[in-house]
Amino acid sequence: MIRKEMIAMLLAGGQGSRLGVLTSDVAKPAVAFGGKYRIIDFPLSNCVNSGIDTVGVLTQYQPLRLNAHIGIGIPWDLDRNNGGVTVLPPYEKSDNSEWYTGTANAIYQNLNYIDSYNPEYVLILSGDHIYKMNYEVMLDFHKENHADVTIAAMPVPWEEASRFGLVITDENKQIMEFEEKPENPRSNLASMGIYIFNWSVLKEALVTMSEQSNCDFGKHIIPYCRENGRRLFAYEYNGYWKDVGTLGSYWEANMELIDLIPEFNLYEEYWKIYTKSDAIEPQYIAADAVTERCIIGEGAEIYGEVHGSVIGSGVTIGKNSVVYDSIIMRDTVIGDNVTITKSIIAENVKIGDNVELGVGEEVENKMNKSVYSFGLVTIGEDSVIPSGVKVGKNTAIAGVTAREDYPDGILASGESIVKAGDIV
Amino acid sequence: MKALGIILAGGNNSKIQELSKKRAIAAMPIGGSYRCIDFALSNMSNSHIQKVAVLAQYNARSLNEHLSSSKWWDFGRKQGGLYVFNPTVTSDNAWWYRGTADAMYRNLDFLKRSHEPYVIITAGDCVYKMDYGKVLEYHISKKADITIVCKDMPVGEDVSRFGVVRMNEDSRIVEFEEKPMVAQSNTISAGIYVIRRRQLIEMLERCAEEGRYDFVTDILIRYKNMKRIYGYKMEEYWSNIATVESYYQTNMDFLEPGVRAYFRGEPKIYSKVDDLPPAKYNVGSEVRNSLISSGCIINSKVENSILFKKVFVGKNCVIKNSIILNDVYIGDNTHIENCIVESRDTLRANTYFSGGDGIKVVYEHNERYVI
Repeated sequence: MIRKEMIAMLLAGGQGSRLGVLTSDVAKPAVAFGGKYRIIDFPLSNCVNSGIDTVGVLTQYQPLRLNAHIGIGIPWDLDRNNGGVTVLPPYEKSDNSEWYTGTANAIYQNLNYIDSYNPEYVLILSGDHIYKMNYEVMLDFHKENHADVTIAAMPVPWEEASRFGLVITDENKQIMEFEEKPENPRSNLASMGIYIFNWSVLKEALVTMSEQSNCDFGKHIIPYCRENGRRLFAYEYNGYWKDVGTLGSYWEANMELIDLIPEFNLYEEYWKIYTKSDAIEPQYIAADAVTERCIIGEGAEIYGEVHGSVIGSGVTIGKNSVVYDSIIMRDTVIGDNVTITKSIIAENVKIGDNVELGVGEEVENKMNKSVYSFGLVTIGEDSVIPSGVKVGKNTAIAGVTAREDYPDGILASGESIVKAGDIV
Repeated sequence: MKALGIILAGGNNSKIQELSKKRAIAAMPIGGSYRCIDFALSNMSNSHIQKVAVLAQYNARSLNEHLSSSKWWDFGRKQGGLYVFNPTVTSDNAWWYRGTADAMYRNLDFLKRSHEPYVIITAGDCVYKMDYGKVLEYHISKKADITIVCKDMPVGEDVSRFGVVRMNEDSRIVEFEEKPMVAQSNTISAGIYVIRRRQLIEMLERCAEEGRYDFVTDILIRYKNMKRIYGYKMEEYWSNIATVESYYQTNMDFLEPGVRAYFRGEPKIYSKVDDLPPAKYNVGSEVRNSLISSGCIINSKVENSILFKKVFVGKNCVIKNSIILNDVYIGDNTHIENCIVESRDTLRANTYFSGGDGIKVVYEHNERYVI
């Protein structure tokens, strides 16, 4: 077997429960982003653009969409004779079979996969961040410092620093201490959850810590390495990086793409983001349509108005319908005379005619106020919204809904309809 | 599948003017996201024809680039594959392909070494969707030697640039005239043929002995009375793009919902994937009845037009009834009406282009603007 200098392990098993109904049937890395992409496209594209051709993708929660998306890795050129992409779900062993119980535990259960490539270094990534980063530069930094572990970290505003896990370094960027969400931060360098390990160091730590329950990189492996005198360095990253873990940040990150010159620019020639494209056709903008401040994916058919929105591939927007400040994911069909304000509508949703989404005052969501806030209407994939209903703010809808589900034709702000197990 | 495919993609046609300076007709961009040859290739793939040869010659750089990987059309298998044959110099032949029959004759080994009993021959410059399996079934049921796919053109349309045929009640072709001055019928050959492989080899060898090189005039027309040549009428959409007018019209047809739905439906037409970001509409964009491809950035008015991939439209522009090919940068305050703008061009700000009553091909040769 050819030896690889560095391979990547991409943690893509999390549910991302803070995305509410968006992740009720798909893992968070498979959630659509930016019109035609899925979140996992960003770390995968970063890998190939950084010259990493061997990537293990660790899946666990609802992996069907993710598996179908990755396939044998053709869109990212990861269909290789040697290496390429391998999907690694938890598997049964002769003794002690278990799910992945933590980020480090997931890697521990795949020691054999990594060993088969016998790499010098292992890059640990998570599948839920939007950013462009050259891991090769980070590796150079790692080598220059003769580090055992390098953690990517980015400066955050001091007033927000207390929300993050921070690293405290000396002048050479060697990490002296960690602080998890401190009240009085002594540093503003936040860990991004991206690590390069010398494989021998990581392996030793994983094996020693194998009895640790819910073994996690941030909580167990990194502290273990520090306590054992390993050389830990912080690689400072100053580009765009966005955690899209909440509906609010997910919505914001999408909306930033439609700025005149977005901070995160998808139109740059180098550093392309690759994805599996199901549709290749151009989009059609009808004679009475209005499209302003928006991005629209392939094969969409727009007969109504779109303002300040991100529209996925294959979406149809009917006549006299108006969409403001919303995200509409692929293959969703919106009827005529519909008004949509500040909504996130997942894939393959059907919305009837004369529907109004995002009306009225903001009221706290009764089902889960921490998830469904920001004044958003969130609609899960494959949902159906009948004609002629009104939906308020901070609401959630999932499943096939009928007129009877809406008292007086209205789903008031703060209410939710979740019909589990519906198959369309 | 019982057939292998041959796509004739070597031709040039002076009627397509400047547009063929950059590429063979088979590589012309169509409908916002395709190349013309994608239609024939996808038809082959969707008809389960796994082995396809593309015969290229004229200005094949762009075509070869497009075909650099065969995976988009699902070829590249252990059984079959996509073969691109450009003319090569051999010990006994230093000519270019002198005609369609010569092009096939020069690759006779490919035909001889195959085992598929039938050959589907098609032109690379037509836009259509077809299940060749159905034509083959017809061919077998008619016990034909050659089957030609035919299309009835609307009465009054000028068919003098096509091969014009007349069939008898049994659909046998009784007359075939190539590019007649005065056409006797409005039924034309769509440039799609089915023939038994051994029959084709025999005819090609005979042709070569006699120093004849063209498949239509030297085989179809000469053998018309000797062999059983049948016509298969196709009713669906078919369009040839070998003139500027027909190229323009074929593209504009994609603004019709019916045409779009037809080509978008299953089985699909495949093309090389470019990994471009979604199209972006900034403040000031006013797009009406137009097709916009991925990677475009629009800042002004676009009407009844087709923008291919990665077109940048500056501020205060007006683009009307026009086709903008791939990767064009259009500066501010530019007016474009009834034009086809050549790919990878840069149109400077404050310029005016109009095709008047016709269609103008715009090719500016300006230094490339890089965003």
